[in-house]
Amino acid sequence: MHLAFTEEQMMMRDMVRQFAESEIAPFIDNMEQGVFPHDIMKKMGNLGLMGITVPSAYGGAGMDFTSYILAINELSKVSAVVGVILSVHTSVGTNPILYFGTEEQKKKYVPQLASGQYLGAFCLTEPEAGSDAGALKTKAIKQDDHYVLNGAKVFITNGGEADVYIVFASTNPNRGSRGISAFIVEKDTPGFIVGKDEKKMGLHGSRTVQLTFENMKVPAENLLGNENEGFKIAMANLNIGRIGISAQSLGIAEAALEAATNYATERMQFSKPIAVNQGVGFKLADMATAVEAAKLLVYRAANLQSLGLPCGKEASMAKLFASKTAVQVSTEAIQVFGGYGYTEDYPVERYFRDAKVTEIYEGTSEIQRIVISKNI
Amino acid sequence: MNFQLSEEHQQLREMIRDFALNEVAPTAAERDEEERFDREIWEKMAELGLTGIPWPEEYGGAGFDFLAYAIAVEELSRVCASTGVTLSAHTSLAGWPIYKFGNEEQKQKYLRPMAEGKKIGAYCLTEPGSGSDAGGMKTTAKLDGDEYVLNGSKIFITNGGVADTYVVFAVTDPDSKHKGTSAFIVESSFPGFGVGKKEKKMGIRSSPTTEIIFDNCRVPKENLLGGEGEGFIIAMKTLDGGRNGIAAQAVGIAQGALDAATVYAKERVQFGKPIVANQGVSFKLADMATTIEASRLLTYNAAWLESNNLPYGKESAMAKLMAGDTAMSVTTEAVQIFGGYGYTKEYPVERYMRDAKITQIYEGTQEIQRLVISRMLTK
Repeated sequence: MHLAFTEEQMMMRDMVRQFAESEIAPFIDNMEQGVFPHDIMKKMGNLGLMGITVPSAYGGAGMDFTSYILAINELSKVSAVVGVILSVHTSVGTNPILYFGTEEQKKKYVPQLASGQYLGAFCLTEPEAGSDAGALKTKAIKQDDHYVLNGAKVFITNGGEADVYIVFASTNPNRGSRGISAFIVEKDTPGFIVGKDEKKMGLHGSRTVQLTFENMKVPAENLLGNENEGFKIAMANLNIGRIGISAQSLGIAEAALEAATNYATERMQFSKPIAVNQGVGFKLADMATAVEAAKLLVYRAANLQSLGLPCGKEASMAKLFASKTAVQVSTEAIQVFGGYGYTEDYPVERYFRDAKVTEIYEGTSEIQRIVISKNI
Repeated sequence: MNFQLSEEHQQLREMIRDFALNEVAPTAAERDEEERFDREIWEKMAELGLTGIPWPEEYGGAGFDFLAYAIAVEELSRVCASTGVTLSAHTSLAGWPIYKFGNEEQKQKYLRPMAEGKKIGAYCLTEPGSGSDAGGMKTTAKLDGDEYVLNGSKIFITNGGVADTYVVFAVTDPDSKHKGTSAFIVESSFPGFGVGKKEKKMGIRSSPTTEIIFDNCRVPKENLLGGEGEGFIIAMKTLDGGRNGIAAQAVGIAQGALDAATVYAKERVQFGKPIVANQGVSFKLADMATTIEASRLLTYNAAWLESNNLPYGKESAMAKLMAGDTAMSVTTEAVQIFGGYGYTKEYPVERYMRDAKITQIYEGTQEIQRLVISRMLTK
């Protein structure tokens, strides 16, 4: 056991921290107005942050998974939006091609994704297929040298902004989840229609859209993996995605704790800082303890993933605990700020709104509990 | 960064798990019922080298680290929290201050036999009028020739009566509050040393908790631990590490309860299926397992920091706070999963629940942990 970060990991953390403070923090207000952070993502590409774990042979930084998690953690302290864009882009936008793509597919798409020239997205969820991903209705029918896709997807993060989409569709409706295939779809494919932008309580600036495929022709060479292997591909990156979101949750919780601690130390009432009241000080202690525990769960799961060891239970525990902590800590942070916390003059109401989704996406907390209970 | 336990740590865990299952678990319920401390178990722990895990071999220890020690307390507590706290008080509260603040002579004379398990250690800080407010103690120590003369009484002393070596705190200078306290190594054989009332407790019943009375107890001058006036600092620093021992105990209790509840939930059939098939039960188990894992990581983290000579005061307070609360909530839920059976002594979960409560109280209450953490956050 050695619980300190390596020099390389700490350099990554410091670099990302500096970038987030100087480049992302000033853009928060724009994102809150709904502006997607295009330039920020391009700059992150230039810094190598869009392909942290991608091998250098495919244009990535070739760093370990823990470094990638550190990056999401640090970005999310300043902006949960940038955190989730990166998480989706990497874990489910890029990795499926890297892991299951042919050499040709990898050469064609991965360097562009790793450099940030392309943004990635993942299209699994449908109106009737959320946690029950195998129930999807989008169909892909093979015709000559292409597949024709018809159907609709919802809650697509990076939708409309991304250039490359990993799309799941049924190629054999009689086989349920074993009849699903994965496709690499480019944004400008005819029949690819970007629908309604969801109006969300949080994550403003991250686009979440509905997508419709109308007789969308996808070249046969864009089939990812074998036909009917799609479900395996969808599930293969679950742990990576969950650890990514647990790091996002951790970042939100850390930011809320820091804001509340600073405020409680400065805010004077009855001639003393409110932090010296046990009603406030003990709250901060509970928040800090939960944050510390979440951090250990997140980096333990990341460490197992880095080592290539099984981590399904540990990833689910990290996701379950860290997302719950993000919601609780951001809620308490507003309480510490009192009336000011309820206004947009302080960031804690944003942390609170951003936190809630971490208990929902990449597997709800209920799904995590199913995974954990099956593994004990 | 690497969260994997080393092979040595894993082997130690397996060895202690074996020992706990074969030698400690079989009599745990009976010792609890009879409020009986079993010296034989202690002797066997000594044979295995468990009584001096973190101390260097030159002082009779196993030369391991604080992580190994935390694992030992955890695994013992997983079957018997009383045995866990016996080791924790002996190691963290009595051995630690002698190791950190004792001179070479004191270490050879007192730490060595403790590490070898020939002697049992205890820690005397709390008094009837001074619990969390340790600075308010009334026991006095007055120098008389080559000896200090101690007068006063201490309460809630873990290992009281069965211990041979006591680290005792007393006021040497009543005029200066915290700086007027000193620490002493007191042998149970010293004249004027007496064991008072043994507490009847709801839990950790096979770990004796007694009053210790000093009636003109004469302690040789050379048994002063650290300098005169350094007692308060020694007491507080000792508690920092002691907290982690209790965190490990709490993790062990919670894990023991989860082990039992999981087996039961898979075996117990109602409405034609095991009760674990209901999310009302299985999600409870998932939450229990997750908070235990979080508590364990906090505990190992603090132990790792201490083993590497890094600051660990805040981390051990966090570990104790979360692990204590987790032990209480997990054992309560375990009784719930067992239903009516859980409320009976036929199953161990009611004992785990009774044992868990003390982890929220001793070595600094949860409220004191929150005070420690919040002060460190806002300073």
